[in-house]
Amino acid sequence: MPTSNDRGLSRRSVLGLIGAAGAAGAVGVAGAVAIAGGDDSDSAQSMVEFNGAHQAGITTAAQEHLYFASYDLTSTADREDIKELLAEWTEAAARLTKGQEVTAEGATGGGPHKPPDDTGEALGLGPNNLTITFGFGPGLFDDRFGLAAKRPAELAELPSFAFDLLEDRYSGGDLCIQACADDPQVAVHAIRNLTRIAFGRAQIRWAQLGYGRTSTTDKSQETPRNLFGFKDGTANIFNDEKEDLAKWVWADGANQPWMAGGSFLVARKIMMLIESWDRVRLSEQQAIFGRDKGEGAPLSGGTEFTEPDFEMASTELGGPVISLTSHVRLAHPDANAGKRILRRGYNFVEGNNNLGQISGGLFFLSFQRSPQQFIDVQKSLAADALNEYIRHVGSAIFAVPPGVKPGESIGAGLFS
Amino acid sequence: MNPRSILAIAGVAALALSGCVKNADPNATNAINVSSTVDDCEVSATSATSGNVTFAVKNDGKKVTEFYLLAEDGLSIIGEVENIAPGTSRNLTVQAQPGSYFTECKPSMVGEGVGRKTFEVTGKQVEVDANEQEATAAAVAAYTAYTKDQVGRLVTEVEKFVAAYQSGDDDLARKLFPLARTSYERIEPTASQFGDLDPKIDYRKPGAEAEGIEFTGFHRLEMDLWLKEARKNYPDEKITALTKAERTKYGNQLVADVKALNEKVTANDFVLTLADITNGAIGLLDEVAAPDGKLPGEEDEFSHTDLYDFYANVEGARVAFESVRSIANSKGEAAKELVGDLDEQFAAMLALLSTYGNYKDGFVSYDTVNQQKRNELGAQLNALSEPLSQLTDTVLSANK
Repeated sequence: MPTSNDRGLSRRSVLGLIGAAGAAGAVGVAGAVAIAGGDDSDSAQSMVEFNGAHQAGITTAAQEHLYFASYDLTSTADREDIKELLAEWTEAAARLTKGQEVTAEGATGGGPHKPPDDTGEALGLGPNNLTITFGFGPGLFDDRFGLAAKRPAELAELPSFAFDLLEDRYSGGDLCIQACADDPQVAVHAIRNLTRIAFGRAQIRWAQLGYGRTSTTDKSQETPRNLFGFKDGTANIFNDEKEDLAKWVWADGANQPWMAGGSFLVARKIMMLIESWDRVRLSEQQAIFGRDKGEGAPLSGGTEFTEPDFEMASTELGGPVISLTSHVRLAHPDANAGKRILRRGYNFVEGNNNLGQISGGLFFLSFQRSPQQFIDVQKSLAADALNEYIRHVGSAIFAVPPGVKPGESIGAGLFS
Repeated sequence: MNPRSILAIAGVAALALSGCVKNADPNATNAINVSSTVDDCEVSATSATSGNVTFAVKNDGKKVTEFYLLAEDGLSIIGEVENIAPGTSRNLTVQAQPGSYFTECKPSMVGEGVGRKTFEVTGKQVEVDANEQEATAAAVAAYTAYTKDQVGRLVTEVEKFVAAYQSGDDDLARKLFPLARTSYERIEPTASQFGDLDPKIDYRKPGAEAEGIEFTGFHRLEMDLWLKEARKNYPDEKITALTKAERTKYGNQLVADVKALNEKVTANDFVLTLADITNGAIGLLDEVAAPDGKLPGEEDEFSHTDLYDFYANVEGARVAFESVRSIANSKGEAAKELVGDLDEQFAAMLALLSTYGNYKDGFVSYDTVNQQKRNELGAQLNALSEPLSQLTDTVLSANK
């Protein structure tokens, strides 16, 4: 486990890479810089640039914590309300990601007779690499707001998949905000204040706190573990893989020019059957993942980053060493016609259910050029042995617009 | 109920099945005659002293028959002889430990047995000299026989249930529904290994829909028999009663699917390992605890007969445990403690479930079991599952 100091250092070195990767043709570059400040902790002061060709929070080195909120537009909201809301959100997000209060008056500068503009719980905490990423659900493009003609052709409700056990209360939404930071309170503060801005126009449909990243988007980061205790997502798309990002993550805006440089976000709330999993013997746990638990190496040998050898036969098992139903095999690009997705999920635990079982799992987030990539991979996972120990209970899809230059509003292309 | 007496004999049963009872003192052998007739299973004695007991089984009926010696739970098989042609005889020799047992015959070798009678073994505990390999073979043979027996019963129970359903006797069909499922619930992990059959036989409505396969099997018929509950659970859907033709179709398919399962488990290539048995036991309890399982009341979401399934899952897990008991007991003091702990937890689990009813008189509808009581069931299930998850490692470990 690296110390927080290590993390701070590695993150800065990472950011240099992102800057280089994003520099081509970008107005502003999504990157992080450590700024000198009153806080003596380098990592707390580390900051990610809000403006850029792409929104931050996608290829940004995955922060430690997440607060994600999905919103429904209110029954009285109209097109103009949405436009204004997005402008206000953009302005607020630019401030919050710098570690500033939500307005200049902030938490204490508005005088004694009004409630403070800023809720105050993040005062003095620093930016902590906060990123705020906005997305638009299919509902935004229905017949309510005159935006149907702007709907990206790819943006449709996801089909149902094997072992889905979806609940409305964890699914869908017209808008979303993903707030990621290295301090959970910073992420919560962002969503809380942005939600406050939205009252009367949009309100939270569901929200999710994630306390530990389960994905790596930067090669300098250690692959984290999910709640099953395994390193998962080793073969993610990293932020220095420029060609693959262009091929698999960034939308080209072919059918909706306003989406050029954007992406599609899939969110899935996956409950884990923790108690049952904990009673599975090690050999079977490893067979299910197709990786060794300690190192994270594929069962065909090597180290964590060794490519799995799916052909290697086992005399003992009478089949391949990496089982045909293992997670690593079915999720791997080899099983999906080379298709890749950028994963950015988080662990969550939220107390227990009414049967005394831990309510925890993986809040899966993936970014892709087209939702079809996710759909294909998820369909391939129908035979995944892991399905016995997980249930998908929430599902949502959003079109993530491109980033903005200073002074522009997120999603301005919708209204032009 | 004293599970210990059963377990002691399980290892021996295996010996009997593999036909290698050694060091048997001919003088100490109890010879007992059995006559398997069309509808009875006459045994010349109701008791014997511990040690080698030989049953000379003569088929006085008209169909090929089988003879079973069952443990006190009526489910675990201590020994069996199969394929006794009419007019012929075969012997079953077991090294019997003191305890209570049942004898039973099964003409035509499928479904429920006939002429079940109690059989007492008195006297002293007998020293068992099975080696590891023999003990393993014995355990696997006993559990495999049990699985075949359960699937055979499943076929006849499902036929009865479907006949009532198709004849329009819905009251009877509702009564038979949970009972027809019990054999399946006792061996479900085994059925699940035949990938395509479990979805057809036992998928819940949301599971079938999520996978885009047709909703068939037990729960399709359940939904039709408890239409009011179905409409309550899915208020946004227009759920209509099945027509006579549809009843014929779904009923016939369920019968065909359980028959296909029977063919698979009676085929020569059906092989189980020791780990399959013990891991299957854990699998059975996972079935109870899952979010779409019995504990949350999702398995039988229309009939609320979840407690029948719950009880059957636990019974199935216990039979698996019983079949490896003597192996576990040979693995040293810690293993013996584990066996003792499991005895205690299985007994506590079944006792707690018994406060809600039994197969004969029925279990209470699960929608009347409040959250606090479900929690109590869940806590006991955890108390049992945790030590049970140690069993595979114990039986596979080196002898101590």
